[in-house]
Amino acid sequence: MLKTFKIGGVHPPENKLSKDKAIEALPVPATVFIPVAQHIGAPATPVVKRGDEVKVGQIIAKSSSFVSTNIHSSVSGKVKKVDFSADSSGYPKQGIFIDVEGDEWVEEIDRSEDLIKEISIEGSEIVQKIQDAGIVGLGGATFPTHVKLVPPKGMKAEVLLINGVECEPYLTSDHRLMLEKADEILVGIQLLMKAMNVDKAVIGIENNKPDAIKLLSEKCKSYNGVSVVALKVQYPQGGEKQLINAVTGKEVPSGALPIAVGAVVSNVGTAFAVYEAIQKNKPLVERVVTVTGKGVAKPSNFKVRIGTATSELVEAAGGLPEDTGKIISGGPMMGRAMSSLDIPVTKGTSGILIMQENEANRGETLSCIRCSRCTTVCPMGLEPYLLKKLGENQIFDRAEKERVMDCIECGSCSYTCPSNLPLLDYIRFGKGKVGAIIRSRKK
Amino acid sequence: MSKLLTVSPSPHVHSSDSTQKIMYRVVYAMIPALLWSVFIFGFDALRVTLIAVAACLAFEYLIQKYLMKTEPTITDGSALITGILLAFNVPASIPWWIIVIGAMAAMGIGKLSFGGLGSNIFNPALVGRVFLLISFPVQMTSWPVAKMSGIDGVTAATPLALIKEGLKNGVPVSQIQGLPDFTDMALGINAGSLGEISALLLVLGGLYMLWKKVITWHIPVSILLTVAIISGVFWMIDPEMYVNPIYHILTGGLMLGAVFMATDMVTSPMTTKGQIIYGVGIGVITISIRMFGAYPEGISFAILIMNAVTPLLNYYIKPKRFGGQ
Repeated sequence: MLKTFKIGGVHPPENKLSKDKAIEALPVPATVFIPVAQHIGAPATPVVKRGDEVKVGQIIAKSSSFVSTNIHSSVSGKVKKVDFSADSSGYPKQGIFIDVEGDEWVEEIDRSEDLIKEISIEGSEIVQKIQDAGIVGLGGATFPTHVKLVPPKGMKAEVLLINGVECEPYLTSDHRLMLEKADEILVGIQLLMKAMNVDKAVIGIENNKPDAIKLLSEKCKSYNGVSVVALKVQYPQGGEKQLINAVTGKEVPSGALPIAVGAVVSNVGTAFAVYEAIQKNKPLVERVVTVTGKGVAKPSNFKVRIGTATSELVEAAGGLPEDTGKIISGGPMMGRAMSSLDIPVTKGTSGILIMQENEANRGETLSCIRCSRCTTVCPMGLEPYLLKKLGENQIFDRAEKERVMDCIECGSCSYTCPSNLPLLDYIRFGKGKVGAIIRSRKK
Repeated sequence: MSKLLTVSPSPHVHSSDSTQKIMYRVVYAMIPALLWSVFIFGFDALRVTLIAVAACLAFEYLIQKYLMKTEPTITDGSALITGILLAFNVPASIPWWIIVIGAMAAMGIGKLSFGGLGSNIFNPALVGRVFLLISFPVQMTSWPVAKMSGIDGVTAATPLALIKEGLKNGVPVSQIQGLPDFTDMALGINAGSLGEISALLLVLGGLYMLWKKVITWHIPVSILLTVAIISGVFWMIDPEMYVNPIYHILTGGLMLGAVFMATDMVTSPMTTKGQIIYGVGIGVITISIRMFGAYPEGISFAILIMNAVTPLLNYYIKPKRFGGQ
């Protein structure tokens, strides 16, 4: 029996169209727009102004507090302006526009492909370097990595879990990275282990990636304390709490962080970024993005400079199909629908999914027949039908008691609802309101 | 870009499941029992079923369109199920106008007065059946003879009625005449409501629904086990006063109720734990009525009573939360 999380879960069609496509470097675009808020926490403060010359890897916006991180230029050229433009949230966000000239990198960055296995750095320095390099969780949550590595007082990390689950349908960027950069990821894991001072790391990979499981299981033998666990394919296993549950059997208590059960979770992409930051001095200026969809001519995995417009990626994958109905940043379960192709790739962009017109709209909504499927599939053990009703009728005190804040917004309830009810929409609404009530109570 | 893109919150994909599909799967699951009924009771069974379905659809349409002034939803399949279940719960020989009244009670009182599909507290078909049982007790308990039962005459008593009548008159179980053997009961060669007679084919329909994930095992199994255990204990204490539990399991409306009526999604609890409590409750009430009540049969009342408890079960019994309570 393969391991998986204990409560709920769904298994949408996997549609991993680009899983056999090697990662290709996308040509450097002519202009980029690099938002200063690409992470959870305080936006970074721009430190360049119009007309400044920048190089690849140069800091262009500085971390403004502990839960924040630096933003580096992903291209060389001239700052065109510091202005607002839409990111994948749809809202205008401050960012830096750069006109590209050449491709000149900051000198200290080692751009070679040589693998550097030896670790010649102290744990505390690793954390500092990760912070300086602007590394955030690349699975999509974009939580600054250095914050996770420093446990709150009185808590101790026991195990590092590496998320190679990639449970979102369509997306293959982590899968390809594991196949092509296995050693780099493993060195990155060793660095993270050293920074956290733990001697055990487990890589969780779903069973639909047998090649990655085989390769990493083989390679991790030469790295101390690292092992691979094959997991049953089940969405949302890539959710932090679900992955911890699947691998260790422990449940993170309601409202607590993973560290409460001694675990820290990082994505394989993050481990790779850590490797590059420490061994190669390379800050986070590019990432792997899957461009995919049923109508896409050439589903691909691209290595993309942060700030590249979505349109460039779509062009490289064969252009926008005639019958495009929706473009999603991320996967189909948790990704965000975008209103424009000008929206840039940011640190959290794991994929661009192009959906056809017939897939783009929701079905007709019928009455709730209380089939209890939403309750069965909810990985947090909540009752989505009830939370929806409480949100709809604005009964927020009861919604709080029914643990609306535990919702991880995985979308399994809406996915499975036979009556097509907008369950998650109302739950999000309730979460927003209850969150505000809780914050006002603390004041 | 010239074309406008759809922008909506996640998730952006949906399982191919739909409420209609679920409803039609329930209908498919009832087909074996319906065919058997036509085989046993002849054309009458088909006539009753068609009238019940037509009346249920018509009442839903008319009430929604002219009284509630909303868009009729008769294509969702739920009125079709109510119609078939109502027919399953009446004798095949019942006059057509009684079925129409039953359909009116089922749809009007049982379903639409609460607001329609999903809002009703009680199983509509059972509301219709109990309404008829109380209003037309004679017609509702005049059972046509099954063609193959070997009993002469136009009407016959159900095995449960025979037992109740016999015990009331002080006849010990072993002396009661006219009871079918277990094979006949399992196959459905005995008197009874149109759709309830063949326990075997009802179980077959239940297995289909389990396979298609329309229902889970919790409700039917907890009902049947409860009935089997309680009646078994009494039978072991005094087999002359209480019948073999197999009679209780195979005859009467128990199997129909456990598989098709109690599992109605709208009126049963949402959580597994709640469903088991609900099932045990139905089992206890059913067997209590059968053994100690005035009626030979009790599942309809039991389900309706537990339907009324369902909101309470939903309120107090929560699923296992991730990360403890």
